[in-house]
Amino acid sequence: MAKLATIYIMGKEYKVPSTLTILQAIEASGFLFIRGCGCRGGFCGACSTVYRTKDSYKLKVALACQTKIEDGMFLAQIPFYPGNKATHNLSQIKPTTETLCALYPEIMRCISCGSCTKVCPQDIKVMDYVNAAIRGDYKKIAELSFDCIMCGLCATRCPAEIVQYNVALVARRIYGAHVMKKAQHVDKRLDQMKENQFASEIEELMKSSVDQLKERYTKRDMEK
Amino acid sequence: MYPKEFQESIKKVEATRQARMTQQFPMLSLADRTILLEAYHPDYKKGTMRQISVGVNKGDKTPHEFANLFEAYSHINPNNFTIPSPKYETDVLIIGGGGAGVAAAIVAKQAKANVFLVTKLRVADANTTMAQGGIQAADKENDSPAIHYLDVVGGGGFKNIPELVRALVSDGPEVIRWLEELGVIFDKAPDGTMLSIHGGGTSRKRMHPCRDYTGAELMRCLKDEFLDQKIKYLEYTGALELLKDSDGKCVGAVLVNMENGEVFTVKAKTTILATGGAGQLHIQGFPTSNHYGATADGLVLAYRSGAKLTFLDTIQYHPTGVGYPEQILGQLITEKVRGVGAQLVNADGERFIYDLETRDVVSSAIIREIQDRKKGIMSVTSGGVWLDTPLIEMKSGSGTILKQLPAMHRQFIKFGIDMTKEPVITYPTQHYQNGGILCNEYAETNIPGLYVAGEVTGGVHGRNRLMGNSLLDILVFGRRAGTHAAELAAKTTEVKPGTINHVKKYHSELEKAGIPKERKSPMLLPDYRPKEFQDRYSFLSHLK
Ligand SMILES: Cc1cc2nc3c(=O)[nH]c(=O)nc-3n(C[C@H](O)[C@H](O)[C@H](O)COP(=O)(O)OP(=O)(O)OC[C@H]3O[C@@H](n4cnc5c(N)ncnc54)[C@H](O)[C@@H]3O)c2cc1C
Ligand code: FES
Repeated sequence: MAKLATIYIMGKEYKVPSTLTILQAIEASGFLFIRGCGCRGGFCGACSTVYRTKDSYKLKVALACQTKIEDGMFLAQIPFYPGNKATHNLSQIKPTTETLCALYPEIMRCISCGSCTKVCPQDIKVMDYVNAAIRGDYKKIAELSFDCIMCGLCATRCPAEIVQYNVALVARRIYGAHVMKKAQHVDKRLDQMKENQFASEIEELMKSSVDQLKERYTKRDMEK
Repeated sequence: MYPKEFQESIKKVEATRQARMTQQFPMLSLADRTILLEAYHPDYKKGTMRQISVGVNKGDKTPHEFANLFEAYSHINPNNFTIPSPKYETDVLIIGGGGAGVAAAIVAKQAKANVFLVTKLRVADANTTMAQGGIQAADKENDSPAIHYLDVVGGGGFKNIPELVRALVSDGPEVIRWLEELGVIFDKAPDGTMLSIHGGGTSRKRMHPCRDYTGAELMRCLKDEFLDQKIKYLEYTGALELLKDSDGKCVGAVLVNMENGEVFTVKAKTTILATGGAGQLHIQGFPTSNHYGATADGLVLAYRSGAKLTFLDTIQYHPTGVGYPEQILGQLITEKVRGVGAQLVNADGERFIYDLETRDVVSSAIIREIQDRKKGIMSVTSGGVWLDTPLIEMKSGSGTILKQLPAMHRQFIKFGIDMTKEPVITYPTQHYQNGGILCNEYAETNIPGLYVAGEVTGGVHGRNRLMGNSLLDILVFGRRAGTHAAELAAKTTEVKPGTINHVKKYHSELEKAGIPKERKSPMLLPDYRPKEFQDRYSFLSHLK
């Protein structure tokens, strides 16, 4: 049996094996997650957690599924945050400096306090991409924000009420759809498909016996 | 840094690294693959499956964990349950808010249908968001949908359903274009040429990644578009049963608000099931890479209503689940790690399998290495082998991991392991449900009005799916389901009242087969509370 650690879930004391993640520790304390748990693997941002350890005033954050508990942790989850999302029509939108400021005027209220960057569990330079958004530098936003899993912790700490992850998302979509070049090899293939170039070959494969397929499969030439 | 007990073995891995870098390791012949699979793949392990005793697939073999869900009663007692009048009415009802469901929703909405989507967690809390490595599509000069076809059926043991494979490979290029238009940022050269790499079992480099957040990037763009289209949806809403009218047509579903327990119905002209996979069943006690809601609900609902299932006796165990540290046991180490050059080696630093064999083969080889050859790393619970990641940096230059595998790096560095310098420990993890609900190339099932898409379906991947073909699958068939469900809805003028008479009938079969009354399904959420807490305070308690 592993050593026990004491944790406080929203202020109430529980003792659980010290090797668990925060997520597992909450379950071990008898809770069934409905909110606050999504992928269990660090990709969905459902398990944002704010905590403090004993004898410290410092508030820290973590993804509950990717963080081991510490003795004396005071834990609270933020399973939902009523952040604003502007709706838009991506196909009509232009990648200009004004676009992001028009969709999310509040980005202009950024006071560069850096709280968002400090709080990000993915170590993303959030403030830097908000500044890039003000400048309309889409490439920079895309690069800096790509690993965002939209846990929302940045927005909870923002004194300017910016919903950073939504700003980044629309900026990335604009960058992907309107700035980056489309793949020309996809164009070519689509043209060939329109002319039904591969249909008969596929049909032939569909009709082949398993032995014929096996033979062709074994003889495939492999791209190096 | 690893604890002391691993250091000696790490030294051996380091000692062989330079020589391994250029070493060619042969691929297995098809015959040798079969021998390995039959000896070591968990699907072939004796005593792990049984024949289903009720329903359409009666007599078919499936893992006990699946059978326990099929041989189980509804949470609703059809004898004393009055179906509430519909709380919502819609053209197309979509159950499941992962990639398949959301793609279907966007397309159906574009076809002018009224769409209503329900999902158990939040939209995008799904396996789709977790996909790391990439999406396949035959869109390069040296490749073709026909070559793709051959790779798919070879990977699937030549058992795949041909019409479905044709749909999969033929829609590929179009799906990639659609994603580009939705703003997905693929890894590309400045001129737009997409980066493409190998996956296990591919003869062409056709895997297109978005760093190692491919699924997250796809899903968040799809979700954002879904929100922009103002499609109506409800989260934390689980499907309990499908509704069928007196003609046997699917006309909606019985749902539960998982926060207050309210049971209600949605009346729909057509219904799309897109509930994803089953990793949380932990078949044979394997850990899983899947999200919290992967509990095979869609299979249960469809089966009870008379839908035919297929390939129920094959599960995909991904060879490289995390084997250490225990906090993240079973989480995925994407195949892309091998795609960009890492090698699997045993405790003595020796290679034992060509790294990009299909997943079923690689998993079997790992199990053999540990069980039979005793060359696993025994200091971890399940045993494990090394995935030599520093090799990536040696081959492609330092910084490659941070650039191409940031999620993987994060996953380990949080627990003090730096995969740029140290290898990582892996062991197979339950990853993908190869089988599922049978459908045709229009995503139709044998039940009129019921469409299916994504991991919940079976047949397209045969007995083993290749990496990158699931993201493609969910979009190809999600879009097809959306199109055809909207089409049929447009032609439907009248929707007859929904019943759960099929559940009644199914229950009497269960009773005849002597299935214990306590056994209930769908599972909706796995219960990770300690035993003594389970069954307490659930949103289903009031239905008992
Ligand atoms: C870690 C990981 C990595 C992967 N990497 C790759 C990869 O690189 N390439 C690739 O091609 N594939 C990959 N896959 C596989 C692929 O991501 C999935 O198979 C695919 O995304 C499934 O999509 P889906 O829409 O069918 O299901 P999901 O995305 O799982 O969505 C199903 C949704 O339905 C909901 N739901 C379930 N039951 C109910 C119910 N009763 N009522 C209401 N809602 C319900 C679920 O909660 C979920 O939100 C990976 C999978 C995992 C887990
Ligand atoms: S549960 Fe998805 S990030 Fe933790």
